[in-house]
Formats: sequence, structure tokens, C-alpha cells
Amino acid sequence: MRISIASGKGGTGKTLVATSLALALSDRHHVQLLDCDVEEPNDHVFLRPEITGRETVTIPVPKVNEEKCTHCRKCAEVCAYNAIAVLGNRVLTFPQLCHGCGACSYLCPEKAITEVGHEIGTVEWGRFGGVAFVHGRLTVGEAMAPPVIRKVKERVNNYDIAIVDVPPGTSCPVVEAIKGSDFCILVTEPTPFGLNDLALAVETVQELAVPCGVVLNRAGIGDSRVVDYCSENSIPVLLTIPLDLEIARLYSRGIALVAGMPQWKSSFLELFDMVTELVVERNRSAKR
Amino acid sequence: MKEIVVLSGKGGTGKTSIVGALAALAQSKVLADCDVDAADLHLLLRPSEKMRTEFWSGKVARIDQDRCDECGLCQELCRFHAIRDFQVEEASCEGCGLCHHVCPTEAITMRENMAGHWFISGTRYGPLVHARLGIAQENSGKLVAVVRQQARKVAEEQALDYVISDGPPGIGCPVISSLSGASLALLVTEPTLSGMHDLDRVLGVCRHFGVPATVCINKYDINEENTRQTEEQCSRQAVDVVARIPFDNAVTESIVRGVPIVEYSDGRVTREIVTMWRRISGASEGSSPA
Repeated sequence: MRISIASGKGGTGKTLVATSLALALSDRHHVQLLDCDVEEPNDHVFLRPEITGRETVTIPVPKVNEEKCTHCRKCAEVCAYNAIAVLGNRVLTFPQLCHGCGACSYLCPEKAITEVGHEIGTVEWGRFGGVAFVHGRLTVGEAMAPPVIRKVKERVNNYDIAIVDVPPGTSCPVVEAIKGSDFCILVTEPTPFGLNDLALAVETVQELAVPCGVVLNRAGIGDSRVVDYCSENSIPVLLTIPLDLEIARLYSRGIALVAGMPQWKSSFLELFDMVTELVVERNRSAKR
Repeated sequence: MKEIVVLSGKGGTGKTSIVGALAALAQSKVLADCDVDAADLHLLLRPSEKMRTEFWSGKVARIDQDRCDECGLCQELCRFHAIRDFQVEEASCEGCGLCHHVCPTEAITMRENMAGHWFISGTRYGPLVHARLGIAQENSGKLVAVVRQQARKVAEEQALDYVISDGPPGIGCPVISSLSGASLALLVTEPTLSGMHDLDRVLGVCRHFGVPATVCINKYDINEENTRQTEEQCSRQAVDVVARIPFDNAVTESIVRGVPIVEYSDGRVTREIVTMWRRISGASEGSSPA
């Protein structure tokens, strides 16, 4: 089963939930944790996994053979991203704009364009105790997170549980990370910002037809509108974590909640049981 | 005109609360919400919309089933795995158009994509340019560029001193789009190991694009040892720490009320932000932007 942890708003506790859920389950199950927040990956801060492998992520960008090129401009015409331009008898390429779609090289009538790898990030993997760990890291200065996220997700294994930590927001990197999940846990906080972004995140998962439930973090601050929203929209609140100075301090020191306060482990196991039940129920009704 | 962009790397460190406070403190400015896929600034500034414009960007492939003879070439060539069983999965399509160009039966057309809206609004703190990216859309970076361009235009037309932007989390496409060419990046961080790790990366992005950065440590008292380390981390990179803001539940209370913190409380948080703004505005008047 693949469970993604998303939020819309940043800093609501995705990393806290992803790391504690993975650790809580690792005694009984084979668990894999994939950190797809490749712009700011933080799961490793809490797990400190032993890294055993590393791979560079590149996207194929065009390289023009000037001898074969007739400056027909076909490549510049077909490029949807303005990543290649023909100026007189020179061809300029802009790797930062290139999406690596391959249109220019495939469609060049002279076969003058080959592709070379442009490095945009790295993927690392390893292990912490019973948790198999993978994360991606976008290179500073690079813009495109989705290809790095795709590389992280290529490493989803046949373990029985895969937990995917999703970046904040609602746009393409979020979609890339959530795609293929059986369930999405949305972590939010009971504030107007949390509510506004939760509603956007719910729209995103609905667009992807992935069922969702909510973890309410820092309960006790703010107001009751998030809980009201969930009940009005029949979204289950699966777990409530209070605003607690000790939890905040553990977090600040990079200690996973279930490691610092083991009494929380049973809550995360219950969270998993609820998610499993919801997924089973949904699959059953889909078959009918 | 100076353009200040508030960024953080890590999400949820307090960017929007700070921008809301600066909206109330700065005299002559236009505000811009560059977090186009999870915009929150409007919840504090409560804008009244004056102008709404559609944002058309990118294209999406569509397969005409009557013309498709299921040769499978499009599926084979698509690097984004966006075509399955001769259907386009729109959320995966990056609009490159390779399928359209290669289809032997010309069954694939590229359709313009309405990716969101952008707005110019009035608030009691001055004009606000903001946007709403459609759910699961691409090109947030391009929409950010439009928001910034419009904000600068408003500032020029009305001879305003500042563009103050609320930026997105992360370091990727929309962040680069919010940052490049700005006069100053105000980085809001928190004294957690994650916050420190993420600050380092966003400082790297500022350096990469040659934008001067300055740091504000929010909720500094949740871990004072980490605060000291963050200050050292900044001083090693010759970056100023312009404020240390304590944790105070009044900030959340002000968000619930929908007003900037500086109008809700006159406590330590407000005093620290007022001092910070004096430093930033004084400093940016004294030196020319990069």
C-alpha cells in the first residue's frame, strides 16, 4: 500500500507524520519512506539513515552538431519551452528551460541533435533500522523538481508499505508526488491559513481520485473551522496532535515524535489501521 | 523602487504573517502574493478585487479517438508517461507537443490551457497583486512572473517605493521566479534542524541569483541553542540577522481575526517586527540594490 503525506500549506507537520508513521510501522511491517519534497527534503534530519547508494538525476538536453545543422529552425519551432533558438547560423540552447521532452532531437530533419545529460539533482537511498529510505535533492539553482521526484518514485519497492512525503503546494511537484497513491493523509493546523490550503489540497487529491483523510496538528491554537470543514465535507479526521511545547522542542532537535515520546506510537498504528480500513472499503465499493 | 521578497525554504515559518505586518508598517508600497498555488495573504489583507485576468499558459494534448488508429507511437515517445491506452492523462502532460508532431494520422491536437487567474485588488494597506493557479496546474513560475511584473507596473504608475512579495516555500521554479532580480530577499526561518537545513539551501539560491539576503529568526525561543547556531551559520556567510521574533500565540490569534499582528497586539512580536522594518528600510535606502 502506498500512502502519501501532503498538506497544501507548508510547515504543518508532514515530515513529523511521515517519519513517525514509518518508524511506528517498522516493527511489524516492511516500510519504505520516500521523501519527495526534493526542494527541501527533511526526513533524513529525523531518521539519520545510513546512505548506501546515490544516483545523479539528469534530464536530456539537446546538443547540436553544427556540421550537420542547416539552421532550418525546426527545433526552435517545435520547442514548447523556448529552450532552443536559432540566431542566424548559430543555435543556442538553454538547459534551465528544457523539460527534456526530446521533441527537437526526434524531429530534426538532419538528425543533427543528440542529447546529453544535464544534472538537476541527486537521489540517495539507505536504511534506518527497519525503514528503507529514499530521498531526492534538487540542485540549488535548478528549477524543475518533477524529474527528481519521478526518480525517487522509480525506487518504490515491493515492500508492503510505502510512505511518500509530498512537497507543500498544489501544483505539478505535488501532483507528481501523490500520483499512484492508495491514500493521501493531509496534515493541517486549525488556523485560517491551514483551512484555506487544506481546501486546495483536498481539490488536488480529488482531481487525482485519491481518497484522503486529515491529521490535525497543533490542535488548541486557532479556531474550529478546520474541524467544521472536515465534517461538512465528510473528510475523516484520523489523528489529532495537540500544540505541545515538548513536541515542538523534539521537532526542533530533529527527533521523531515516536522516538522522543514513545507513547505516541500506538496513535500512529491506529492511524495506519484507519487508513487501511478506508482503502479496503473503497476498493470493495469500487468493485461493486 | 525596491523589491523585497520574503522567502523561507521551509514552509510554515511565518512568511505570510511577516508580509502582513510589513503591509501595515511600510508607507508607500504595493503587495504581491507570489505563493500562487497556496496563497494566504488575502486572508490578512482582505482585498476587494478590482481586476481579474485569465492566465493562459501551456498546452495540453488531446487525442481525437475517431482519427487515432492506435499505432502507439505517441505512447512510446512521451517521456512524461502522459498517454495510456490512447488517452491523455492531463495531469502528467507537460505540453511539449511531441505526440502532436509525430502522430501519423494527425489525431492529436494541442489545446490552450487556462491555468489560473491573477488579480489586482485594493486593500486598506494599498494595492495587492495576487493570483490563483488552477488545481494541479503547471507553470506556477510563469504566473509568479506575471504577478511580479504587474506589481512593478503598479508601483511605477503610482510612484510607490516598495514592492513587497510573499514568496512560495522551496527552492524550485516558483521561488526562482519570485527571486531573480529582486533588491532584497528577507528569509524567515525557525530554529529547528529542518529550518536550518532549508535556510542553507535557500541562501544558496539567493547567492546563485546574486540577490542580497537577510535573515529573520521566527519563534527564536523554541530552541535558543539552534538560534545561536543559525546566527553563526549566517555570520559565516556574511548574512545579517535582522530580527529575532519570540513565539507568541497572539500571532495565531491575529490570523484568526484576519488582521496583521502589528494591528492586533503591541507585544514583543510587534516591537521586534517594527525594529526589523526600520533596519530593512533604512538599509535599503542607504545602499543601492544589486
